[in-house]
Amino acid sequence: MMHTWHFSEMAYHPAWPHLDQSYRVIVPNRLYDPKIGADLYHRYLDEWALCDELGINIMTNEHHATATCSDSVCTIPMAILARETKKVRLLALGMPIGNRNDPIRVAEEYSMIDVISRGRLEMGFVKGVPFEISPANTNPADLSGRFWEAYDLILKAMTSHDGPFNWEGAHFQYRSVNVWPRSYQEPHPPVWTPVGSTESATEAAARGMVIGVLNTGWVRTPSIFEAYRKKAREAGHEPTPDRLAYMALIGVGRTRDEGHRRADQILDYSRTSGIVAPQFANPPGYASPRATAQMLKSGGAMAARATRVQTKDGHPINPRTMTVDEAIDAGLSFAGTPDDVYDQLKAFYDHVGGFGHLLMMGQGGHISHEDTVDNLTLFSKEVLPRLKELG
Amino acid sequence: MAEIDIGQYALDGSIAGAGPPLLFLHGGDYVAQNGPVLDRLARHWQVTAPRHPGFGHSERPDGCRTVDDLAYLYLDWLDRQQDGGAVVVGSSFGGWVALEICVRSVAKISGLVLIDSLGVKFGGREERDIADVYALPEDELRRRTFFDAARVLPDYALLGDGELTAIARDREAAALYGWRPYMHNPGLRQWLHRVRVPTLVLWGDNDGIVTPDYGEKLCSALPSARFERIAQAGHYPQIERPDAVADRIEAFVQENRR
Repeated sequence: MMHTWHFSEMAYHPAWPHLDQSYRVIVPNRLYDPKIGADLYHRYLDEWALCDELGINIMTNEHHATATCSDSVCTIPMAILARETKKVRLLALGMPIGNRNDPIRVAEEYSMIDVISRGRLEMGFVKGVPFEISPANTNPADLSGRFWEAYDLILKAMTSHDGPFNWEGAHFQYRSVNVWPRSYQEPHPPVWTPVGSTESATEAAARGMVIGVLNTGWVRTPSIFEAYRKKAREAGHEPTPDRLAYMALIGVGRTRDEGHRRADQILDYSRTSGIVAPQFANPPGYASPRATAQMLKSGGAMAARATRVQTKDGHPINPRTMTVDEAIDAGLSFAGTPDDVYDQLKAFYDHVGGFGHLLMMGQGGHISHEDTVDNLTLFSKEVLPRLKELG
Repeated sequence: MAEIDIGQYALDGSIAGAGPPLLFLHGGDYVAQNGPVLDRLARHWQVTAPRHPGFGHSERPDGCRTVDDLAYLYLDWLDRQQDGGAVVVGSSFGGWVALEICVRSVAKISGLVLIDSLGVKFGGREERDIADVYALPEDELRRRTFFDAARVLPDYALLGDGELTAIARDREAAALYGWRPYMHNPGLRQWLHRVRVPTLVLWGDNDGIVTPDYGEKLCSALPSARFERIAQAGHYPQIERPDAVADRIEAFVQENRR
């Protein structure tokens, strides 16, 4: 059956009216009012906690120096929810291990959450969007090498139980790796990574990781899933549907209008997420030389980003002004009545050849707490039972 | 284009002219724009201008990750030169490489020319000696880099895929070597007294990446250096004023021959 995960970026939307050309990296935190921020944190956590009753799993992520996402440490809400919830699974998608200087600390955080939650953690490792490079001040030109070395080290640290081992790699050096506690799940919690291209899908498939595909829509998703399935088979990993996840913005209502209104508010995530000062959009070495060469030719990274969202027939959509109808057409959003949502999801599911996890952005932008609760509740009552046939 | 072999390294680059050896070490970007100054210098020298490992179409072996590695690589090249040694010219990032070479050995270097060099930290921890080229808006970056950007900047839309890929690799490699600490070695300043070779420090009057003030500090920290400004030029005066820069280099070397 298909598993559903509720995801929110914990946006600090009260700052948005004050922003224009960049919502990230250079936005001063004087625009953040911690009293409002505290209310928002508690509210978002309440919505996740509700998921435990609704049978919807939980997904967090992290971004840095941005008003689009006030979750700057994905394991902090997870640590709270590990105790506050009892049943659902907890996906952190995830930890930007190429940008964190201490992989052992990541292994410790994940192991603790896995034990406290009694084995409900799913651990994500992310390369991070290009705008994360500047806040972390990590070298974009060797991000990939650092990411995979950190990945190898974390998994070895979490699966070694006989005392310290030595690690003297190109990027990380430890003479005594000995992680306490060990994880609750054996041999370690399931491993996820978000991907956005056939190349990154192939890298994940070679290692049998679960891939979360975000914002790739109707046009770009099939080739990504297909590249994954092909490589996974070659590498001896059966590409069962539970290896594949797709994220969509979901607005469910009692009427089509209500569902669309909710999706419209959540869609402010997509409208704001990519607004960043252009100099941070493609730090040197983040993309391949070939891809960067194409960006140089065609007027820069922002121009390249602007054509990533497309209608079913391949026309680019401006993400800053995208309507609900456009988002539905692009496969980014499933919205309307429960029947509408199921039908759109099923059509997408068939189009991409199936997948086992729906990453549901059930909160985004400035949709209210009441609407979010109703959105999640309606989804769980009216859509979720029908997903048993899928996945 | 020539292949410049140094040990196991095969570097893209150019060798031109006849005469005593001159090694030109390029900066982090606008490498192709050095053509005119290299042509001028080739009237008096045999000019070797390698593209550093990882830049342009030069390979970068896995083991080559730091400016130290570049310094040892070019010391290997210098070891093969005649006893009189070579003139070493370093621009921007290449100036940093040149300084790292010279603090190790000047045995095969007859003269050093630093053009708007990076590599050294003079200010406090909250002062930025070198403008953050990775965080500046494009317009401001161009204003700080060039006196008259429109005259020298290429139209990227007209370049071929090979050239564009070379530029993308230049930028990637500059970041690889210089991202953190940002375009300098915190330990380099204390060894600058070892640069015991006649040195000309050239600076673009309008450099907004590393200001002439930084250049004067660098000059003062070197045992045998003099400072000269190039008018109507930014961070790459040899690109904007190739003849003026070549004139200064020729005069400087002439003087030191006497």
